[in-house]
Amino acid sequence: MRRRPPLSLVMGSTLVGLVAAAAALSLVWLPVDPNRMDFGAQFSPPGVEHWLGTDHFGRDLFSRVLVGARSALLVGFVAVGISLSLGCVLGALAGWRGGAADELIMRLVDVLYAFPAILMALLLAAVYQPGTVTAMAAIGLATVPVFARLMRASVLTLRGRDYVEAGRALGASEPRLLWAHVLPGAASPIVVQASLSLAIAVLAEAALSFLGLGTPPDVPSWGNMLREAQGFMALSPFPALVPGLAIILTVLGWSLLGDGLRDHLDPTTRR
Amino acid sequence: MTAFVVRRLITALVSIVLASAVVFAAVLAVPGDPAAIILGVTASPEALSALRTQLGLDVPPVERYGRWLARLVRGDLGTSLQFQRPVADLVRDRLMLSVALALGAALVATSLAIPLGVLAAVRRGTWLDPLTVLASQLGAAVPSFWLGLLLIILFAVELRWLPAGGFPGWEAGPVAAFRALLLPVLALGLGQAAVMTRMTRAVLLDVLRQDYVRTARAKGLGSTSVIGKHALRNAMVTLVTMLGLSLTNVFIGSIVIEQVFALPGLGRLALSAIGNRDFPLVQGVVLLYAGTIVFVSFVVDVSYGWLDPRIRYA
Repeated sequence: MRRRPPLSLVMGSTLVGLVAAAAALSLVWLPVDPNRMDFGAQFSPPGVEHWLGTDHFGRDLFSRVLVGARSALLVGFVAVGISLSLGCVLGALAGWRGGAADELIMRLVDVLYAFPAILMALLLAAVYQPGTVTAMAAIGLATVPVFARLMRASVLTLRGRDYVEAGRALGASEPRLLWAHVLPGAASPIVVQASLSLAIAVLAEAALSFLGLGTPPDVPSWGNMLREAQGFMALSPFPALVPGLAIILTVLGWSLLGDGLRDHLDPTTRR
Repeated sequence: MTAFVVRRLITALVSIVLASAVVFAAVLAVPGDPAAIILGVTASPEALSALRTQLGLDVPPVERYGRWLARLVRGDLGTSLQFQRPVADLVRDRLMLSVALALGAALVATSLAIPLGVLAAVRRGTWLDPLTVLASQLGAAVPSFWLGLLLIILFAVELRWLPAGGFPGWEAGPVAAFRALLLPVLALGLGQAAVMTRMTRAVLLDVLRQDYVRTARAKGLGSTSVIGKHALRNAMVTLVTMLGLSLTNVFIGSIVIEQVFALPGLGRLALSAIGNRDFPLVQGVVLLYAGTIVFVSFVVDVSYGWLDPRIRYA
């Protein structure tokens, strides 16, 4: 019998799909040029001409939020790509080799725990100029430990399984054993964690842009929009409300998707 | 227990030394001559070489790290380039505010999350449980700095009950300090409460399924006693980890919140240091944050061992 997908999976993928659609749409069509200033229409409330209102320069908030979806997804994907690949390689190596290599790798990974994304970004921004690349690297490096630990744990449980031993007895090489027999079994917790990490990455990207340590100020990202709105909250709440809601929907989307995937892939965790 | 604490202390010290190496190496990685970057292209050769000496750039890196570490042990974090004052003094002036902010937020988070999480787990199957789960999932998705902006719009701009930002200083008295910190503490604490509520619920649900809880119920114990004595006490180990985690979360989160509310804490100090390329100050503040995280995780592990004797011998 096919199981019905959990509600969180449906809601999560819908939200993520919407954000992806917004980012894709912004590449081909925008209602108004997101950087066009209109000093006759500053702080407009949502209406027919500007669906979500305008900011202190009279720029269209709807267009800017659509463009902002690009940075949110791009930074998220690259950052999680970094942490997933680095974390999985380190974790697999530590779990497979064991002994001194395990100890050494995990000690180094533990040090990264002491540097959450914002701290890492402060350090990188001091050394290089703050920007999209340092933000991606900071978020990516800071989330390596989760993937490394997850991968190591999976490899540790799987490497003694009979089918792995059978592969070894048939003469499979070490890399082949790891690649073809162990890694597929470790995939589903990693996929779930990737979705949850994307939620964290979107929040971190917004926070870093808000601090001026992320996406360059001239690019409409949600964090940048919030930083600019900060000075004008007495005049109109919309420039602060709109990007905030966009962040919430995206983060909620990724975390619901992660929860839903976990329930779907592993029914024993369902509560 | 002593052996366990000593072992854990050594791991923590190794972590701090490794973290200090990361912070030190970061500045080594600065492309080009740090002195030239700090002083700009118009600097005279004499000024450049003076700054190189001040930064210790005329010494090989390994030796420089050794000296830096030796001074670090004595509490000397170097001299800030923009303020021309010891980093340790600058940090001490601002640390209190950041710590107060983090502790306040952790207090708000804990005092909301534990009762709510317990209630949701115990009242499983009623409307209260899914409502709590939904609210905490939503709450965890709200960026704390955005919540801060909303609180400012509502309580400072519209209602004019509380200041929109700034800090009058501790000498202005506890009432003024409380008024200045209330909104930032709420902005930081509420999101953390959402995360912790989910965790408390999950932990308690796990414990409530255990055999000894069923036994306690079968003995005819009242639910207060079952939950308070049997379930919560056994959930403590996980809850303490959660508490430690959330303490570091709010401490790091305070960096952003200080920016929202214009609070002169450590986070703002670090941000101003980046704008002015004040490497010693950035190093000092980042290392202090990282060191705090290592220290909190050490305390968590030790209390683990104290709460659950099995862990000491593992």
